[in-house]
Amino acid sequence: MKRASLFALVLAAGCGAAATPTPLVPRESPRPILPPPPWQARVSEAEGYEMKPTAPPPAIVIRGATLMLGTGRTIAKGTIILDKGKIAVVAEGDLPAPAGAVVIDGTGKFITPGLIDTHSHLGVYPMPAVSAHDDGNEMTDPVTPQVQTVDAFWPQDPSIERAVAGGVTAIQVLPGSGNLIGGRAVTLKLRPGLSPREMHVSGAADGLKMACGENPKRTYGSAKRAPMTRMGNVAGQRAAFLKAKKLQEQWARWREQESTRIEADSKKRALWESRRDERVQRAAWCKANEEPDPCESWRRKWAETPNDEPQPSEPIATPDRDPGTETLVGALEGRVLVHVHCYRADDMLAMIALSDEMGFRIRSFHHALEAYKIRDRLAARQIAVSTWADWWGFKMEAFDGIPENAALVHESGGRTIIHSDSEEGIQRLNQEASKALTSGRRAGIALTDDDAIRWVTMNPAWALGVDHRMGSLEPGKDADVVMWTRSPLSVYALAERVWIDGYPVYERGKPHWSDFELGQTIESPVPPPVPALLGGPGGAR
Amino acid sequence: MNRGRIILFASLAALAMAEPALAQPKKPVAAKPAAAAARAPVVLKPRGSKEEAGPVLAYAGATVHLGNGEVIDDATVVIANGKIQQIGKGLAAPGGATLMPAKGMVITPGLVDALTSIGLIEVELESSTRSDQQRATNDMDHAGYRAADGYNPASVLIPVARSEGLTSVGVMPRGGLISGQSAWVDLDGATAAEAIAAAPLALHVHLDGDAPGDGAGHGTAILKVREAFDDARTFQKSRGAWERNQTRQFAPSRLDLESLASALDGKLPVVFHVDRAADILAALGIAREFKLRPVIAGGAEAWKVAPELAAAKVPVFVFPLQQPSSFDAVGAREDNAAILDKAGVAVGISTGETHNARKLRQVAGNAVRSGLPYEAALASITRVPAEALGMGARYGTLAVGKVASFVVWSGDPLELSTQVLDVVIRGHRLPLKSRQSALLEKYRRLPR
Repeated sequence: MKRASLFALVLAAGCGAAATPTPLVPRESPRPILPPPPWQARVSEAEGYEMKPTAPPPAIVIRGATLMLGTGRTIAKGTIILDKGKIAVVAEGDLPAPAGAVVIDGTGKFITPGLIDTHSHLGVYPMPAVSAHDDGNEMTDPVTPQVQTVDAFWPQDPSIERAVAGGVTAIQVLPGSGNLIGGRAVTLKLRPGLSPREMHVSGAADGLKMACGENPKRTYGSAKRAPMTRMGNVAGQRAAFLKAKKLQEQWARWREQESTRIEADSKKRALWESRRDERVQRAAWCKANEEPDPCESWRRKWAETPNDEPQPSEPIATPDRDPGTETLVGALEGRVLVHVHCYRADDMLAMIALSDEMGFRIRSFHHALEAYKIRDRLAARQIAVSTWADWWGFKMEAFDGIPENAALVHESGGRTIIHSDSEEGIQRLNQEASKALTSGRRAGIALTDDDAIRWVTMNPAWALGVDHRMGSLEPGKDADVVMWTRSPLSVYALAERVWIDGYPVYERGKPHWSDFELGQTIESPVPPPVPALLGGPGGAR
Repeated sequence: MNRGRIILFASLAALAMAEPALAQPKKPVAAKPAAAAARAPVVLKPRGSKEEAGPVLAYAGATVHLGNGEVIDDATVVIANGKIQQIGKGLAAPGGATLMPAKGMVITPGLVDALTSIGLIEVELESSTRSDQQRATNDMDHAGYRAADGYNPASVLIPVARSEGLTSVGVMPRGGLISGQSAWVDLDGATAAEAIAAAPLALHVHLDGDAPGDGAGHGTAILKVREAFDDARTFQKSRGAWERNQTRQFAPSRLDLESLASALDGKLPVVFHVDRAADILAALGIAREFKLRPVIAGGAEAWKVAPELAAAKVPVFVFPLQQPSSFDAVGAREDNAAILDKAGVAVGISTGETHNARKLRQVAGNAVRSGLPYEAALASITRVPAEALGMGARYGTLAVGKVASFVVWSGDPLELSTQVLDVVIRGHRLPLKSRQSALLEKYRRLPR
């Protein structure tokens, strides 16, 4: 553009126009919009390493089963088709199978979405529980937003395949609750992998684990460090978020200043360009018109004030990298989902007040045994409640837990989630949901079986920000599917087969996939085949 | 919606003249509204003494699981004076009995979790609320410690467990290599003396290698336990010399020695808390050496030594939700109970929990899911705990003359959708109320 216009001017001058050329106006230089720093653009530290399938999974058709969709609806006898890793069809009755599809008779079976656990420490507190495996609580400082479970998760944890055997297909791996701010959580699918990054749900935002109440103050108070009280808890969290707000401001200021600098540079350059072009144009005019006035004074002026090309100024240094505080900035900006471990109603209300003060949103409270006391407020703020069916009393802040908690939250329009926080409980999330359902019904709360299914599928998917692609049996969603031997609300139900992204990851009776379990126990009482040298097959009998 | 319980209660109340509502046992206050009665002050009343009188009740029409594997349909269970008087199909209620129509319901013996610390622990993380462990001692041998001494009959855990169908529990001390003596407690009674049906019940020994301090390690644990029993044997034989200060030094203290000696020669069951197969065999070895009456608790790898356990006729309490959560339990598998049962071992089931001992039926249901025959699972939480701990003559099954502790269920007691309709302990119907139900009632409607 610049060259073209200059050429046009020179041409115009060369055509013998006698009028004195008018001074050129510098081109406009709009204020630049700076892209966010790359660390801000990543939804998760695990993003970009997800396992890429080498071959698409075969199409799978299951006919005749009861489909509990996770949407609040059940199809008594239907067909579900999985294709290319997604749910292709969910319909009543029998549908024809596409060519090449694997057909499974689901008569008498129940199909649900893969269960999702919002609160797991699998991989960071794996089995067996030995000191070398304690990778879930960085209790060297009460505020450690810089640590992330994806850096510690042990994919050979034997709990993983056991969770899958319980119908669980995705989990959020959280740091523990020893710290006020424990670090980044990551959302994984439970397919076998050699690294948690391979298991990451691509596009799933990281979570931020915070904790209130007894745990942080016990952890540090017993060592005579802050926090020692609930006062210290909230003060520590406030200080951390104030630091994050400062970093947020530093970045805003940097963006402002850097934009100003770039704008000034480009203004200088535009001025230089316009002067340069003007001189070229006038020199050409002078030449073409046999040096009339004021060519001589121009030349003198040009010699006196040479038009030097401006050099770009030094970029302004960005604020220092600080991954922990950046994570909190992510929380303030809603890029990182905030999950808070809290039991007591007043603790939860204190955290809500802090979130108002600092400007972040709480996505869900975890454990939340007293959620029932403030269920209307939690529902109004769309804060999900991840809780157990019946845990209580193990510490003072768990003393008021009641088995109707989950159902009461549901009744008030809140998002109830049954979570595990346990390598054993995660294998029975369906049973826990069923117990919570029974307790609710006993209290006279109107609940359907489908409600209980949603507590372990759709609602946790929402809390983890993956409900657009997981959590229900709907066409287009990920083919994370469980086939149960009977209603998953029965204590006798077993997950018979489990698919993740359309791949079979579990089938009852198949061997373990954890390396740790290899060779630990010789389970078969059947003697091994006799080796050939000792007269086995091929030898003398 | 499940209004089953309410409707059943209403019909029961209408038919049972002396019973205003199932939730309001015993007191004939028919005209009083239930809510008002619920707020009546709690009066501590002695219950459970052997001579006490109890109401005459006839539960009619239920499917009754006796706990010994036998199931009677359309059966009548008659209780009086705290004991079971009659059980049979189509029995007529005796004159003077209050009829409790139970058609469509299921009756089982009251559930028993033999390995809890209910009444000893109120809040797990608050040591001031715990009496489950001998303190102010430096050694690992707490054999003399008696759970009965620490039992709190006012614990809020008791009604919670009761509301889920537990009627008796083994209350055991924890900590140390030898934790002390447990007690058999019925989940009713205003005082410990009323609640405790037997104490000492068993001596509890830990060979699971996770005892803190110098007692840690499997070999050390076995050594120390053998030393303790050996000293107790010598102590028992030379008591007089010991009193005259004419014996060698013993490792355990006097009270510990007394307790250990009480378990010698099979006089008191010794519960070995142990998971690893090798250590289970070590426990059997110690039992043989000192002629103990062993019971295995935990037993994550018991399935590996099922034939040995069956041959030695040693009952095993398993935790069916046991995970390979330690190297001791690395061979844990969910069909442990099923394998043991098939091999002929008497299998008891425990939650291993205190606050959530109420999960017992769910836990047993999981054992059924993993292959344990249904009646064996029911026995594992009723008859087997009673028999394994020497309480079989009075508890564990529904039989004439036995203690009338049982539960009326809306259906299969192991199924998650089933609700408890009525709990009877020593012939008394107890309210299904607890601190938790009070919280529910308070917050059923939110203030504002």
